[in-house]
Amino acid sequence: MEIFLQQVLSGLATGAIYASLALALVMIYQTTELINFAQGEMAMFSTYIAWALINAGMPYWAAFFLTIGISFVGGMAIERIIIRPVEKAPVLALVIVFIGLLVIFNSLAGWLWTYTIKEFPSPFPVGSPGGNTYIGFHQLGMIGVTLLVLLFLYLFFRFAPLGLALRAVAQNPVSSRLVGVRVGWMLALGWGLAAAVGAVAGMMVAPRLFLDPNMMGGVLLYAFAAALLGGTTSPLGAVIGGFTLGVLENLAGTYIPFIGTELKLAFALGIIILVLLVRPQGLLGKKIVARV
Amino acid sequence: MIGKRFLQASAIAAGLTFAAGAAVAAEYGPGASDSEIKIGNTNPYSGPASAYGSIGTVISKYFDKVNAEGGINGRKINFVTLDDSYSPPKTVEQVRKLVEQEKVLFLFQTLGTPPNSAIHKYMNAKKVPQLFVATGATKWGDPANFPWTMGWQPNYQTEAAIYVKWMLDNVDNPKIAILYQNDDYGKDYLQGIHDGLGSKASLIVLEQSYEVTDPTVASQMANLKNSGANVFFNITTPKFAAQAIKIANELGWNPTHFLNNVSTSVGSVLTPAGLEASTGLISTLYTKDATDPAWDNDPGMNEWREFMAKYHPKGNVANGFNIYGYAVAQTLEHVLRQAGDNLTRANIMKEAASITDLRIKTLLPGILINTGPNDFRPIEGMQLRKFNGTTWEAFGPVVSVDTSS
Amino acid sequence: MAVDTIEEKLATRHAQSQLEAKLAFYKRIGLIGLIIFAVALPFLVSDFRTFQFTRVLYISIAVLGLNILSGYNGQFSLGHGAFIALGAYVAAIMMDRWGVPYYLTIIPAGLIGFIFGFLIGLPARRLEGLYLALATFGLALATPQILKKFEIITMGVQGIVVDKPEVPFGLPISQDQWLYFFTLMILLVLFWAARNLLRARTGRAFVAIRDHHMAAESMGVNAGFYKPLAFAIGGAYAGVAGALATITIQFVAPDSFGVFLSITLLVGSVIGGIASIGGAIFGGIAIVFIPNVAEEISKAAPWAIYGVILILFMYAMPSGIMGFINMLWRGYVKRLLTRT
Repeated sequence: MEIFLQQVLSGLATGAIYASLALALVMIYQTTELINFAQGEMAMFSTYIAWALINAGMPYWAAFFLTIGISFVGGMAIERIIIRPVEKAPVLALVIVFIGLLVIFNSLAGWLWTYTIKEFPSPFPVGSPGGNTYIGFHQLGMIGVTLLVLLFLYLFFRFAPLGLALRAVAQNPVSSRLVGVRVGWMLALGWGLAAAVGAVAGMMVAPRLFLDPNMMGGVLLYAFAAALLGGTTSPLGAVIGGFTLGVLENLAGTYIPFIGTELKLAFALGIIILVLLVRPQGLLGKKIVARV
Repeated sequence: MIGKRFLQASAIAAGLTFAAGAAVAAEYGPGASDSEIKIGNTNPYSGPASAYGSIGTVISKYFDKVNAEGGINGRKINFVTLDDSYSPPKTVEQVRKLVEQEKVLFLFQTLGTPPNSAIHKYMNAKKVPQLFVATGATKWGDPANFPWTMGWQPNYQTEAAIYVKWMLDNVDNPKIAILYQNDDYGKDYLQGIHDGLGSKASLIVLEQSYEVTDPTVASQMANLKNSGANVFFNITTPKFAAQAIKIANELGWNPTHFLNNVSTSVGSVLTPAGLEASTGLISTLYTKDATDPAWDNDPGMNEWREFMAKYHPKGNVANGFNIYGYAVAQTLEHVLRQAGDNLTRANIMKEAASITDLRIKTLLPGILINTGPNDFRPIEGMQLRKFNGTTWEAFGPVVSVDTSS
Repeated sequence: MAVDTIEEKLATRHAQSQLEAKLAFYKRIGLIGLIIFAVALPFLVSDFRTFQFTRVLYISIAVLGLNILSGYNGQFSLGHGAFIALGAYVAAIMMDRWGVPYYLTIIPAGLIGFIFGFLIGLPARRLEGLYLALATFGLALATPQILKKFEIITMGVQGIVVDKPEVPFGLPISQDQWLYFFTLMILLVLFWAARNLLRARTGRAFVAIRDHHMAAESMGVNAGFYKPLAFAIGGAYAGVAGALATITIQFVAPDSFGVFLSITLLVGSVIGGIASIGGAIFGGIAIVFIPNVAEEISKAAPWAIYGVILILFMYAMPSGIMGFINMLWRGYVKRLLTRT
């Protein structure tokens, strides 16, 4: 029983990692219906920026918010400068551009900051509530921050005019243009938000995984799976998907001897694909109706 | 009269023969000449294993230093290092380029077990030395079957055997848990542990693996703790080693903790993991560690620091690969100096197999490099050390376990 | 408004069909020229280059398989490397364990790729777009892990070493040249087969499903059969490529078949031109040579250069090299037509 509880809590903490990056993926998906394969590497790069700022002597929270700002502007710039020329190109051309961005950020980070792992500070106290050995302050904090980001996005899309405009563009770009929404800038805004959410994710996971250029490489697939499981259009779904995946993977690795630690990822993916076969729109996604 | 002329003529002839003799004495294989020795190398400068790429970089910087100081026996080193992304097919392509197109004299420090396995047969068929490969697998020390391939570092199985021996002598009623990376390196250590235990393999209560692409080993660590083990073999690369040490501490699990040599850097593993959490770790070392205060005023390390400052200022001094690369490049320098003007492939191999008591100053005191026609394992000694919170403290002598038999 | 007489109409049509015949003739001449070039190539370059071009050839075969699956049938795969791994291991095990000669491993590797592809294709029928991308991405990620798990069959992380094929019939060529011709022969057969297949009923069914799934089904195209069939064919091509890879490299190990192999194949496929047969060759060239170019430019961060090249490529030719060539060709034909 103890090990069960341990694995569930540890799965939730790992799930928060997946969920936070899945949120960033959902941001871009909402406006473009594409998964940005470079999202993880962008988050990693943002985290390095934060690391450099903190190392230069900036207090944690100042660096935290400044990094979010830099990432937001950087994300918008990437959309405006790099993505825009291929906006109208075939989907696969865009996918190749994402792959290009992925390797560029990875290689650049390695070149600038080397591949040696770096320690990244946590804003939360060391240790765990009541000295328990199940879940520490940082993991709890990470789950909390993920939920806060989710709440922020919910309010933004529900009430802020900009958020509403963004949703409008996602649903019907042509009509939104007609009513005066600047579609190009809305796409850029989507990228900016994704980069900012990704930066938060990176700064939250780095104290746990340690910062290196390949920090997010392994996380991307999990985040992708989490986003699809939850329904790619729903931030809440992405978060639920992330937590589910984290717990599922741990339990499979622990309790099914044949799966073990070697095939736990393959097993978790198998389950997700089964779910998607039954419910293709994901847990909370809207059903897409194709017109013939 | 005639006699005198004859004498003069013979003197001139003798002089000529002498000069010609000196010219003949310099023998060259492909890639070597009066002015240059061309050496090939592959390293992963891109891809998931690119952390190792810093070894290739520091070796090139070391040869920059050698060249700046006049080269080796008057010849400059031309070190051609290519990226193979740790992918065996790419390694084969790059190595064939080095051997057939660049025509290097030999290969040095090609990195990784799978890449080296892929070219093992080719190099031996072509009779091109594959010198001091950067992997700790046991198969590189096999002169009978592969006379053109030689390792350098102590092999993983030797190291594992040292831990097992110490553990059996010092831990009462051991129950063993193992975390290992699911690849050639992890499996080699695992094999070493099993071999070392022999009939006592049942002492292992749980083995858990992780993939390099896994984000975290939290789940594995929880299972290992739960197994009730009191001995933990931590067979992981730096990032996962730091995670495992940190998580073990968070879980309140305090077994006798053996950490493999790959991840002993104080600066880039133990400090991120937490020095307190790292206290009591046991490992074996053969190189000095720049982040270990014990070597702050060590002359050998100071030479290395000067080199880093002058030739590789971008390199991270906390990165143990920079010491490893420096040490192995010095070993090669020694071989080339010893080879003198006889720079054929056969002679390079012969000289590499006749190193006697070579002392490299960035290796721990007491570690000597020795090779012979039947001994293709340059470094065999290691020293058990325990981390006391600031530095790796030696306990016991330099030991070597013979696994060649 | 001019009303063409029947004579005028006939004359135009005649001129057009003459032009078409001429263009078809040009195309054929071009193709024959290319084949002659391909045959002559190993005599013009070193053994090392020949080996590189052999790699281009077998990778092209795999890319063609992906083109059939993704380009013609519209099923995106981020896991095509898994089929290469399968074929590579089939060949390696047959040669190493059972002493089967190398040339007898090609067909079994293709067959097993075909069967495995069909099986993967069955659940994939219900997965569209991103979901399929995730499933195949997962497959790519799991491939090395599965190869390591079944150590008894695959020799695990140690990999399998096989022998380099000898030149048969006492031909006066090197082993590398022989390997090149062997691969070229298989490539020609497979490309010819692909062309016929895609022109026939099967190909039309593939394209119909890609362009309009429901419309195709309502017209009586059985997507439930054709979609897994596309996977099977893609798998068979990749399987053959895998076997050729084993024979060329003489070594297989799980690390040869990581996620990046599959991503590379997709990159090659898109750069070459995904909905084309000829594009696969360009894809193979791009996969083998772009990393080398990137390395020439920067040793410090080769991947950054690689990424920049990819992005610039997509700016210049969003529908790949073959798409670009086709565009030029169509422009040329249009000009000829307006001239007549």
